This record gives sequence, C-alpha cells and structure tokens, in this order.
Amino acid sequence: MRILTLAGRRLAASLPTLFLILIGVFLLLQLAPGDTVDAMMAQMGGGDAATARELRKFYGLDLSVPMQLANYLWRLVQFDLGFSSIYGKPVATVIFERLPATLLLMTASLSFAFFFGLVLGVVAARGVNRWPDTLISTLGLIFYATPSFWFGLMAIVVFSIYLQWLPAGGFEDIGAVQTGFERTLDIAAHLVLPTLTLALIFLAIYLRIMRASMLEVLNLDYVRTARAKGLDETRIIAKHVLRNALLPMVTLIGLQAGTMLGGSVVVESVFSLPGLGRLAYESVIQRDLNTLLGIVFVSALLVILVNFLVDLLYARLDPRIQAEG
Amino acid sequence: MDAVKRYFRSPAAVVGLLLLLIVIAMAVSAGWIYPNDPLSLAGRPLVWPFANPRFPLGTDNSGRDIAAQIFYGARISLLIGGVATLIAVIIGVLIGAFAGFYGGKIDTILMRITEAFQTLPNFVLLLVLVAVFGSTLTTVTVAVGIVSWPAPARLTRAEFMSLRNREFVQAGRTLGMRDLQLILGEILPNALPPVIVYASVVMAVSILLESALAFLRLSDPNVASWGNLIGLGRDVLRVQWYVSAIPGIAILLTVLAVSLVGQGLNDALNPRLKSR
Repeated sequence: MRILTLAGRRLAASLPTLFLILIGVFLLLQLAPGDTVDAMMAQMGGGDAATARELRKFYGLDLSVPMQLANYLWRLVQFDLGFSSIYGKPVATVIFERLPATLLLMTASLSFAFFFGLVLGVVAARGVNRWPDTLISTLGLIFYATPSFWFGLMAIVVFSIYLQWLPAGGFEDIGAVQTGFERTLDIAAHLVLPTLTLALIFLAIYLRIMRASMLEVLNLDYVRTARAKGLDETRIIAKHVLRNALLPMVTLIGLQAGTMLGGSVVVESVFSLPGLGRLAYESVIQRDLNTLLGIVFVSALLVILVNFLVDLLYARLDPRIQAEG
Repeated sequence: MDAVKRYFRSPAAVVGLLLLLIVIAMAVSAGWIYPNDPLSLAGRPLVWPFANPRFPLGTDNSGRDIAAQIFYGARISLLIGGVATLIAVIIGVLIGAFAGFYGGKIDTILMRITEAFQTLPNFVLLLVLVAVFGSTLTTVTVAVGIVSWPAPARLTRAEFMSLRNREFVQAGRTLGMRDLQLILGEILPNALPPVIVYASVVMAVSILLESALAFLRLSDPNVASWGNLIGLGRDVLRVQWYVSAIPGIAILLTVLAVSLVGQGLNDALNPRLKSR
C-alpha cells in the first residue's frame, strides 16, 4: 500500500508538468503561420472569405488566445481532443485507432532491448577486458551510432528484397482475411524488422549500463563474502548480483520512454506502420495541428504512465524504498 | 600534458580522432574538390559506384554526384551538430547554473520546466517546432538545440549543487563577490569539464536527430545533407540500394567518431573512472 501512495504522490507531482507542456505547445502553435481552416481551404481548392470566417467561427478560432487556451484545456479535462478536419473524425478516435500498433511496437522493442541488453551486459562484465567484452562493447558502440531509419532500410533490402523472408512494411496482410492464430503470426512477422530497428539504440544503451552496474556490484563486500563462502559464480550472479545490478536498468526505462516514442515516429514511417508516430508525421505534413496537439498530450500521458509503472517496479526490486515511505 | 598522453594511449580514442579529422577534412575540402553545386546534375542517373571513374560513388535518382553530396553533407552534419550542441549547452548551463546555485523556489521552477521538456518525446517536440517555424537550415539547427538542453542542464545543476558551498566559494563570498561573479568566475570553470565531455553525446544525438528529420523530408531540402540523400534513395531502394547505403555509412562513422572522442576525453580527464 505504501508503494502505491508513494508512486501516487509522484504521479500527482507530474500534473503541473503536463499543464506546462500543454500551455507551451498551445502557445507555440499560435505562432504557426496559417491554421486548420487555411489547410482545409487549400484542400478544398480554395474558397471565399465568408466561408473561411464561418469555419473559423465553427472551430472557435475567432476567439482570443487565452479564451482558446481555456477552451482547449477544459475540453482536455473531458478527454475531448477536438476534431480532426483531415481525418473527418474526433482526434481522440484517430489517436486511439493508432495507439495499439505503437504500444505493441514499443513493448516488443523494450522487452527485446532490455533482455538482450541484460544478457550481453552480464556476459561483457564477466569477461571484462577480454575478447567477449571487447566484442560486445564495440558492437554496442556501433549500434548506438547507427541511424535507426537507415538500419531499417538496410534490413528491408536484406530480409525483404533479397532473402524475401519478411514483409517490408505494413501491420498485416490486407489481401488475406485471417483470423485468430494465423493473424497473430502474420502481425508478428510484420513486426520483426520494426522491433529490431527501434530496439537497436536502446539495446546499446542497456548493455552499457548493465555492464557498468554489474562491475560495480561485483566489487561490493557482500559479493566477496558470498564468494568466500564458496558459492559458485553462476549462483552468485543469479541470486545476489542481478537484483541489485538491475536497478539502474529499470530507472533507464522511465527515462527512455519518451525517446522511444520519438523513435517510433521514424521507424513507423520506414515500415509504414499505422501507429501514433506515423500519425504525428502525417499531421505535420498536412498541418493538422489539432491532431498534433492531441498526440503531444497523449505521448506526455504515456511517458508519465510508464514512469508510474517504473516507480512501482522499482519499489518491488528495492525494499528500502518501502521502508523510507 | 598527462591527459593528452592518457588520451593517445587508448586505441579507440585515437581511431575516433582520426575518423573525426577525416570528416572535418571532407567538410573543409568540399569546395575545392567539387567546385560545382553538389545538387546540380552531373551525369546519367543511377550510375552504380565504381562503374564510372568520374563518379566514384555513383549518381543518385536524378544524376547528381553522390561523392560530392557526401563531401558537402559532412559540412551540414558538422555545422548542425556543432551549432545545435553549442545552443543546447549554453541554455543548459545557464538554467542548470541558476537552479543549482540558488536552490529553493528558483530551482523548483526551473526544474519543472526542465521536466516538462524531458517528459515530451524529443522527436515529437522537434516535429512541432519544425511544423511551426518551417525547415530552413537555421530553424532546424535551433530546433535541434532547443530539444537537447535538459540533460546538460541537469548535469550542470548537479555540479553546482556540489560546488556551491565549497571553501573557495565561501572565500569568494566573504570577499564580497556578487552572485554573478561567483557563478561565472568561480563555480562555472570548475563545473564545466564534465559538461564539455557530455557535449559529445549531445552532438552525436543532434547529428542523428537532424538526419532523421532530413530522411522524413522535414529538414532543409535545399542543402546536400546525408539524411536527404537517404530519403531520396528510399524511392529506388529495391534495386539501387547503394543510394541510401552510402550516406548512412557516413552518418554512422561520424557519430561513432564523435562518441569515441567523447569517451576518450572522459577517460583522459577522469582517469579514476577508466577501470569501469
């Protein structure tokens, strides 16, 4: 219970941050040349000033800036993100249609990066300054320096065009109507390359942190005691070292949540996945500012939510946090 | 002098420095080796690398020399990376210094703003900035700088918090130094080294951010940038994959060089941490 109160307090503390973001982004968008109505008029192939005035009135764009901001915030509280003129649907609907693909991609990439970062980090730390360490650390450096969109393109060249093992893009095969297990397999096949692409940089970061934190914990007195007791190395690592070495890794998940969402903009565009990231890109191209603001709001919420979950997980891993209360 | 010796003892750091010098040499010599506009038509489109000695790296979709674009692209990457990093470090150091030095309410307010920037995904904020201010070279550079300042700010704040009550600062205070003198003249020089080492990370990320933006065709289309070229090559990926492959390697090597130099500097300046 105490963990929940603690994490809840942290959650409440992030509310002002959320408001700050929304006000900032809203004011920023006021500086943008042209508004939704301009974009709509351009799409309709032009129109007269009277229609434009009427449309502006309909969307509440004729009010003063503070009034528009107040309107916007009030609607946000009711989770009404406005209407997307480009998609012809409420922004909230558009976003929720796109959210699952992004969440799936992010969860898959995060699990992949976390698991392999952990394994590689442990292997590197155990063979420190010998060849496994050198090899793994070099790979980590290269992964970190690789632009993800480029890696994605090259993966398409190799695995989709030449080997023809995996699909080059999309979320599922639209041609074939599939159900149940078959559909799951199909979606999984479509997600392999995007997951690898998005996970690459995070894998590099996780393995570096895991290696450093393993090396630090391995030098602590209690590990020396365990060794002196004659426990074998594998047991020491599994039972004593891992749990403590994991703490910085867990912290990192929270810190990287935003970066990962940003990365999915690029990866979803490369693989034409119908996710939130590509929606963000499309709304920039089409100047659909309502949708863009909505995405900013939802991504901030997501990052705050991930941090809340990380707080809970952290408290489970480190009982001292509970004791402090 | 010891630090220099330590730097050159690490092979990775030396390789990084060499790579970085090559990229800088490319950026500087671009105008001499390729006096023509790199975005002007040079020959037949889609000539494979090594097929025609006039175009060692081939030509792109519309017949522009890829090698020339790579050389000029080095300028753009270094320019955007360097200037954006400078902007990020200046904003970060200012905010971090004031938050760390004064603490209390000022610290709370400044850290709330920093948190807001950190909660928002970098790349999404970058998209918003580009959507609002357009994508000229200047706006893109400033935008990349603006999304990258929170980490240097936190680092500077931590340094200032640990330094602000040291004896030399108290001595300065007794001598009647004003706050600004203490911040700029006494604490900042001591807080700066780790921030400067960290700047290499900011620069690596800045180069990657700009290239991703260019790949999505949201950066300046009127300059020869590596990201632009990768985006172009995407249209002919099925057969002429080299158009995308070559500039990608250029980005990879440049980011690698910057990271290696940063790591080398860190190890040379903080020798005690090297064993990690």
